[in-house]
Amino acid sequence: MVEQVRKLLEKRVESVAELEKLRQSILDKKDSSRICISVCGGTACRASGSEAVVEAFVDEIERRELQVQVEMKETGCHGFCERGPLVVIEPKKIFYQQVKPEDVAEIIAETVMGGKVIERLLYVDPASGEKITYESDVPFYKRQTRTIFGANGEIDPTNIEDYIASGGYSALSKVLTGMKPQEVVDEIKKSGLRGRGGGGFPTGRKWQSCLDAKADIKYTICNADEGDPGAYQDRSLLEGNPHSVLEGMIIGAFTIGSHQGYIYVRNEYPLAVEHARIAIEQATDYGLLGENILGSGFDLKVTINKGGGAFVCGESSALMASLEGKIGEPKAKYVHMSEKGLWDSPSLLNNVKTWANISLIINKGADWFSKIGTTGSKGTMIFSLVGNINNTGLVEVPMGITLREMIFDIGGGIPNGKKFKAVQTGGPSGGCIPEQFLDTPVDFDELTKLGSMMGSGGMIVMDEDTCMVDVAKYFVEFLKGESCGKCTPCREGINRMSEILSRITQGKGKREDLDTLEDLAGILSAGALCALGQTAANPVMSTLRYFRDEYLAHIEQKKCPAGVCRELIRYSIDPDKCEGCLRCLRACPTGAITGEKREPHILNQGLCIKCGACYDVCKFNAVIRQ
Amino acid sequence: MAKVWIDSETSIEVEAADGVNAVSLTVDDKEIIVSAGQTILEAVQRVDGIGNIPALCNHPAVKPYGACRICTVEVSEDGGSKFKFVASCLYPVKNGLIVKTNTEKIRKLRKGIIELMLARSPNVKRIQELAEEYGVEEPRFVLGDQDCILCGLCVRACQEIMGKSAISLVNRGIYREVAAPFYAYELTEECIGCGDCAFVCPTGAIKMGDDGRPILPKVKIPYGEIEALMKKEATSPS
Repeated sequence: MVEQVRKLLEKRVESVAELEKLRQSILDKKDSSRICISVCGGTACRASGSEAVVEAFVDEIERRELQVQVEMKETGCHGFCERGPLVVIEPKKIFYQQVKPEDVAEIIAETVMGGKVIERLLYVDPASGEKITYESDVPFYKRQTRTIFGANGEIDPTNIEDYIASGGYSALSKVLTGMKPQEVVDEIKKSGLRGRGGGGFPTGRKWQSCLDAKADIKYTICNADEGDPGAYQDRSLLEGNPHSVLEGMIIGAFTIGSHQGYIYVRNEYPLAVEHARIAIEQATDYGLLGENILGSGFDLKVTINKGGGAFVCGESSALMASLEGKIGEPKAKYVHMSEKGLWDSPSLLNNVKTWANISLIINKGADWFSKIGTTGSKGTMIFSLVGNINNTGLVEVPMGITLREMIFDIGGGIPNGKKFKAVQTGGPSGGCIPEQFLDTPVDFDELTKLGSMMGSGGMIVMDEDTCMVDVAKYFVEFLKGESCGKCTPCREGINRMSEILSRITQGKGKREDLDTLEDLAGILSAGALCALGQTAANPVMSTLRYFRDEYLAHIEQKKCPAGVCRELIRYSIDPDKCEGCLRCLRACPTGAITGEKREPHILNQGLCIKCGACYDVCKFNAVIRQ
Repeated sequence: MAKVWIDSETSIEVEAADGVNAVSLTVDDKEIIVSAGQTILEAVQRVDGIGNIPALCNHPAVKPYGACRICTVEVSEDGGSKFKFVASCLYPVKNGLIVKTNTEKIRKLRKGIIELMLARSPNVKRIQELAEEYGVEEPRFVLGDQDCILCGLCVRACQEIMGKSAISLVNRGIYREVAAPFYAYELTEECIGCGDCAFVCPTGAIKMGDDGRPILPKVKIPYGEIEALMKKEATSPS
């Protein structure tokens, strides 16, 4: 016990000067010639088997007794999830993709010991067909501006010293020693930072009203309740660089005079919860959290609160209700949460990405930050690029980049030579943007103009085989399940929208249904209590706006042009093209296809469940979908 | 000096006395002076004949909730150049606020909300009356048969007035309903049989039983469906 206490006291950094001394001593210990193998340990890479790769590296390094020469690191998400598990070998940053445990011995022998590059594991640029050796040359990374996400691939998120070595907590030092709260707020205001959670509210203004609010108790909250389908950037940031979020929170708390912070994170994000917990523990041990932070006399405690899985709890007032132990339901925000929030105290709530931006702005200055981006939206944004896209992953780009650059240059375009149809931005409450707007610069205002929104940075790319009515139905059904049910427009309105859309996709739609959908959208946007309901009609309205003909094809011709809606399609086999290979016959789960080898097969419509298995396996394009 | 309407016909000239915490606002082109710290709905209800705001989930005995949304009005904080929709049961009165309680836009919105309510609860008298007032004839949707409109008054009365929590709103979205603890439909000893819930219920969905205990609205989702739902949730990849 005494030993433990002594150890704890040893670690504790008592002042800003001591922090600098610690940073220097960590850097001194670092041998720049030492080879460092960093394996991506983000959730996506873990799902592709990165943990086994890490184990294999540890074993191999031990077996060869290379612990002194080689450093092994499991980092946060690198972003290029499509190609995971990813391994980067420093100092040259040789980039290996889709690494398997079997490759590890070879990597150690060839690359680490021999200095040779293993061609087989390199990334091949599909555009040029060239093999790329270094991480920075990969087109996916090359066009990004990774100001807040870049450190993810370099630091071990479970080791605070890695973060400190990379300059971590220096912004906090700067604030604690030389800046008055108003100066911090002014700097944030000047930077033009807007909330990264979806609404895009100017962060500086929020901080100002929290600073101005007179109260003994104030709260600082990090919103990590990311729930949009297909979005995982908050998760990856909290997993990969929890201290950057924590540092932002400490600065925010100091600025408004708050002594209790909460990280509200989804329980479905076990790694993010774990890494945030470790970060809080280590920061407390090092005297960066807790009492008398860096000898400044400022105290802050940060607690993790795990969400129960309700999408609506990402909405600030519902999140606070949930924190209070009540049902996670939104309430009216006619008085801002920054004045009367958690337990009716002024509460400063920001998204994970917003918090991560704070230390950058303090360190590099508002002028540096406001140079990045567009007039109305400053800085960078992390998007999760998913759907029908070659390079699935997380990308950080300056605001104002066009959708085309994002999808085709960074994302590598649409797989299998298909055509681009639409991109859905902003999560379930966002909208679908068609091809003619691909050159639109991506920022808060431009996306809103197109009937979509920035949201938390979800970006789902859809190819020509996507039925837009089906897409609208999917998102409306998601929201129907996630509506808390408190207010009438959202509870009843979304349910009715879903009913109508189901009818349309079954070929039972009527022309008047489109007017009803528009009426419901009006009721939702004007009448619903919170942003979930107010924006719930966006997927329907944006698809109606840009793909009305598809709705009409479902309603009038009883056809699904993309061939998705089961009730409206019919499979048949073209006897002229069918080679009688038996593939479709074997793939059919209901035995609807019969026929002899090398004889044209026959599809029995009565047994067909329209699953499309035959269509997918046929090599001769003999299965026709109408 | 301000011209203040005491009711729709009478107005007087008054000046707010020093030290009195009063605000003056305009409701449907008539200026009223009311004490600060109340909501638009409260203020309007106190002045006879001014404004026309229906409300279902509001009750003076419990805190405002903002669920039914038919009390929505248009307000402008900048002298009338920009209006927004707000729930009048929650929006606090402010100096210089311009409130419109019965514009065409609002009537259209209320009509839409009432249509949704009528589709859910076609047999509830209060909803039928509102439907008639706002010109809703036949809802365009598949009709339900629920008596409970989920205004939450019963739950709030139980908690706020009686200090009990014998009932609560459970589940989400359209599966939301009033139930006893642990999603039971039988009330526990927590219920003291005061009848508050039945008294405040605007639709008569909760009635007092012969044993002196309230009877909760009948189960609308059969247990089987809930089970199937839970199974589906357990196996879904999200």
